[in-house]
Amino acid sequence: MAHTLSPYARTMGFETSRDADGHLLMTMPYSIAMRGRPGFVHGGALAGLLETVAYATLADALGHDDKAKVKPINVTVSFMRGATEQTTFARATIERLGRRVANVEAIAWQDDPEKPVAVAQMNVMLSR
Amino acid sequence: MTATAIPDTFDPVAFIAMATRSGHNRTIGSRYHAHGKYPDGKGWCELALDYNTDLVSDPETGILASGPILTVMDMVTSISIWLTTGVFQPQATLDLRIDYLRPATPGNTVIGRGECYHITRSVAFVRGIAHDGDPAKPIAHVAGTYFFTAS
Repeated sequence: MAHTLSPYARTMGFETSRDADGHLLMTMPYSIAMRGRPGFVHGGALAGLLETVAYATLADALGHDDKAKVKPINVTVSFMRGATEQTTFARATIERLGRRVANVEAIAWQDDPEKPVAVAQMNVMLSR
Repeated sequence: MTATAIPDTFDPVAFIAMATRSGHNRTIGSRYHAHGKYPDGKGWCELALDYNTDLVSDPETGILASGPILTVMDMVTSISIWLTTGVFQPQATLDLRIDYLRPATPGNTVIGRGECYHITRSVAFVRGIAHDGDPAKPIAHVAGTYFFTAS
């Protein structure tokens, strides 16, 4: 694992692994700590998962030698469907990795990656 | 629909007490801070998020992760809608955009304030700010939309 999880990510129980293509996959097992309205995962927990997988994927792409500090500029989260009381998966795609700014899209799903529960578009500052 | 013509049956203090007793709001430890209505009947609500080392993004800097701030802003903007209509009604967040103006100062309590600035039969438009002591120096701005799922 190329990325150390933050205290927030550990509190939330996020887990990292790799899919068959070696792409970073983040998993949020369901627990009461995620629940929003009864029966559903809180939108804030989904947003936190999307942001965390985006940072981890960026850290992965930058590699160990790059000491750039990653800071969020903004995040837009769209919620497509209610996330129910089960494991949520997330992965991120770096749309552009510039010297100072990265544009990242992250998606979260439960049963089917083709049916996302939430998608985030992020602009991230790279401070060198 | 004028908000003032509707009886106020929604109690934000009781709602927040219930919503923070368990689940994700309890995980992050958010609590009621204030609420009210503007002269035009639009509602606003504030939650407080106390500093917690379990919620930081980087142990070196001690800066609070953005996820918990987004959770707070989701809740205060949601509640501002029910304050505006005067009744609780089911709604789903369509989208929420957050601009991170600067990091919260480690150790400081974060206050999130949300308001509903426009409402239609199906959609509520919200905005808000988060600050860590001085409302004139926000740490974040948000804008979002909610859809009334029962209408």
